[in-house]
Amino acid sequence: MKLKGDQLACNRGGREVFRGLCFSLSEGEALLVTGRNGAGKSSLLRMIAGLVRIAAGQLILEGGDRDIPIAEQAHYLGHQDAMKPSLTVDENLQFWTGFLGASRNPKSALEAVDLAPLADLPAAYLSAGQRRRLSIARLVAVRRPIWLLDEPTSSLDTPSQTRLAELMRDHLHAGGMVIAATHGAIGLERARELKLGSA
Amino acid sequence: MSSFTSLLGRDMRLAVRVGGGALMGALFFLVVVSMIPFAIGPDLALLARIGPAILWLGALLASLLALDRLFATDYDDGSLDLLMMGGMPLEIAVATKAIAHWITTGLPLVIIAPLLGLMLNVELHSAGWLALTLAAGTPALTFLGLIGAALSVALRRGGLLLAVLVLPLTVPVLIFGVAAANAAIVGPAPFGPPFTILCALSLASLVLGPIAAAAVLRHGLE
Repeated sequence: MKLKGDQLACNRGGREVFRGLCFSLSEGEALLVTGRNGAGKSSLLRMIAGLVRIAAGQLILEGGDRDIPIAEQAHYLGHQDAMKPSLTVDENLQFWTGFLGASRNPKSALEAVDLAPLADLPAAYLSAGQRRRLSIARLVAVRRPIWLLDEPTSSLDTPSQTRLAELMRDHLHAGGMVIAATHGAIGLERARELKLGSA
Repeated sequence: MSSFTSLLGRDMRLAVRVGGGALMGALFFLVVVSMIPFAIGPDLALLARIGPAILWLGALLASLLALDRLFATDYDDGSLDLLMMGGMPLEIAVATKAIAHWITTGLPLVIIAPLLGLMLNVELHSAGWLALTLAAGTPALTFLGLIGAALSVALRRGGLLLAVLVLPLTVPVLIFGVAAANAAIVGPAPFGPPFTILCALSLASLVLGPIAAAAVLRHGLE
């Protein structure tokens, strides 16, 4: 499986964010998208997730299921955590695994991010880092080959960052892909870098 | 199918939890309808004559009350992005949310309407007919409101915009709803024609509402 971007261009609100962007990513590879604020890191991720229109160029997934859009084979971890404060941790995760089509037990995903003891707590009482970990549990619980991570380490403490790096490595070993927008290291050794806004 | 039940279950659960809007509609309905006799006075004949119209108007406003938050909360916390990335077509997801909203907001209105009818001197037997017209008509209100709810997210304007956009669209529902209720209660016009048109309006909005709302959301979330 190979994800390719060919001469991609993005316009937001009438302003050109980037154009002529090319990248390619194979199974088991990670791509770090770097660049200054406003360079279009988040826009690129949202574009791959099908949430921002592609102004020019094309996005191709080779070797995958052609009938399924790329967005439905990707996980998007944005700045917002998509968790409802009035539902418990467990209910939130149960919902997303049910909605996205679970392939793994939500309980084990909660254990993977060390949230199992808090399963019955309403999400309103979680700290920012704990909410982040709950979002990450969604990525673990539902198997999708492409992970789109927007500043994945923000508000995570050091042990949690290490844990996230382990989860990403497991995902890459299983033939997945990771595209992360970041300003710093996220603990992946053999990751390639795509620098935006340098052209 | 599991996507459908998950989303339906989540939205219904959210509506009845703290901060959900399930009871707001019914409470608003109760307040509006119980204020009317104070404003109009204790003229029982007059109240009985305008009762069905008051109940319909109250139900209309109450069912639109909580609707503007239908997509706004999901937009604010990022859930809407993920709903669009699921395997479920957005039209179906949107319709599922509307069904959950109707069950938690519209259905209680239908159930309490006969009791509130007593305050307006509408007999329990007649109020049963009225509840039937509400049951047939309130889904149309929810699914038409869906378009307004999507627009208020896409245009980043909440609240009153929804009422301004949606209320004109609901006029046919109101006309035929009240006509059917009056036909059943006072006659002499037959009950069938306005009631079938009311059902047709509901069925049409059941199809068109989700398609329009999904198109608005796709276009607006850039």
